[in-house]
Amino acid sequence: MEPVIEMRDLTKRYGDQVAVDRVTLHVPPGEIFGFLGPNGAGKTTTILMLLGLSEPTSGWARICGLDPTRAPVKVKRISGYLPEAVGFYEDMTAIDNLRYVARLNGIQDSQARMRIAERLALVGLADEGKKRVGAYSRGMRQRLGIAEVLLKDPRVVFLDEPTVGLDPDGTQRMLEMIQSLSRERGITVFFSSHLLDQVQRISARVGIMLKGRLVAVGSIQELGQQSLGVGQERYTLEEVYMRYFRQGPMAAA
Amino acid sequence: MRGLSAVYRKELEDHFSSARFTLLLTLILMVSLIMAYTTGNGLRKELEGFAKPALVFLLLFTSTGALFSLAQFVAFFGPLIGLVLGFDAINRERAQRTLAKLVAQPIYRDSIINGKFLAGLTTVTVLLAGIVLLISGLGLRELGVVPGWEEVGRLAVYLVISVLYVGFWLGLAILASVLFRGMATSALAVLALWIFLAFFVPLGATLVADSVVPVPTTGQAEIDTVLRHETIKRAVSYVSPIALYTDATSVILDPMRKTTRALVLVGPLERLSLSRFQNPLPLGQSALVVAPHLILLVALTFVCFAISYAAFMRQEVRTT
Repeated sequence: MEPVIEMRDLTKRYGDQVAVDRVTLHVPPGEIFGFLGPNGAGKTTTILMLLGLSEPTSGWARICGLDPTRAPVKVKRISGYLPEAVGFYEDMTAIDNLRYVARLNGIQDSQARMRIAERLALVGLADEGKKRVGAYSRGMRQRLGIAEVLLKDPRVVFLDEPTVGLDPDGTQRMLEMIQSLSRERGITVFFSSHLLDQVQRISARVGIMLKGRLVAVGSIQELGQQSLGVGQERYTLEEVYMRYFRQGPMAAA
Repeated sequence: MRGLSAVYRKELEDHFSSARFTLLLTLILMVSLIMAYTTGNGLRKELEGFAKPALVFLLLFTSTGALFSLAQFVAFFGPLIGLVLGFDAINRERAQRTLAKLVAQPIYRDSIINGKFLAGLTTVTVLLAGIVLLISGLGLRELGVVPGWEEVGRLAVYLVISVLYVGFWLGLAILASVLFRGMATSALAVLALWIFLAFFVPLGATLVADSVVPVPTTGQAEIDTVLRHETIKRAVSYVSPIALYTDATSVILDPMRKTTRALVLVGPLERLSLSRFQNPLPLGQSALVVAPHLILLVALTFVCFAISYAAFMRQEVRTT
């Protein structure tokens, strides 16, 4: 199957600093891919390059066969992006916020009304649609963000730290929602996080970023065997991650 | 294109429902009411017992009345309208963290700037047209003169120039909102530039002219020296769009003026020939006189835009 997300030697430099260093990665359709790493490892920069919001210094990326640098609008038509701690127009209601995004995506108002109601119900905000977003809690905002990303019926979604700052209940709901995206809608999910147990719960495969380099890719079981040796029945992501983290970014090369 | 219209619609709704629009509208309503009343009254008293001169209607906009004329008011405070509507266009999106998702929608980035500019320009047009119509209406009552087509045409051209003029300031404010991350910084920067262009450029123009071509204070100055002095002063003052606008509108609103220059050197023969043309210029000719000013004004706006685009396209969208 042709990968939905594909990148080869993707590199981003800011002056002397290398934010993303020759990352090569494939994500097949429908997969939930967990993108791990400490803050400042280059996760967000990678996502921005995949969406065509930032230009790679070298290397290339493809989203469903499209080049984000050359055809950013086409890529953005099929991919949703939920930035870390997404913002909304505070004075507008949730429905108005979503309608604006629907218009930006060229969805007719009549059709948008149905879609908005459906997506709000999906994220459990059906009754709060007419409230001003300014009155929303952190968890509600994050769920509204998911509803917004789904408006355009994306084939792939990029979620940047979707669970940061949520309470346990909110986190649980968010994770279930991400799982249902993949299971029920067949959407490929690429999500970054530094919260390991959450990633472990829902991702099929993970990638570990350290200082701009992708030091490991694979299922948690595979990575465990690679880094900790065969023998253990189950590996927790925490063990694997800390192992790579101690080895540092050069180990993978 | 659809990105542009979506941004335009949203921004326009925002403008019309915003507190600052209400504030601007109230301010402008008050000023135009006062102005229409004082100039109308003043004109009526002055013209009592005389035949009303041709194009008397335009005097409503140019005669100073108690405080200042409308043309002066717009020249001076019009920039503030543009600046107030635009100084937080982009950096507010950044501050409320909506910029990243906005640029992640399938639209071209420039349609964000364009949509915001056009929405601001529409708001400005509504405000300025409101002033002109209000003063015309009240003036109609005060003066009891119905404006002819010539006057209506001149007012329309005046309105277009004024919209372009405020549009320049709007473009400048949007540029500041791209360049400065903080909304307060951007507001202060554009205000500082406005003060510089409004007060210091005219001052600087005089200084430059004085030092390049000094005009002796005692005795009779050579007409040639005075003329060169004036030319230099004028050239320097055109750094400020306020000077451009003032000159352009004074020609449009006063058909007796045939040039934007305040001082014209004429020989006796020329004077003779000029005296035979003591009639108002037709509107088309007036427009020709100010065409270069308009082109310069539009060009300045385009420069603001070009820099805004270039800066905005390169900017990183991440907020952290």
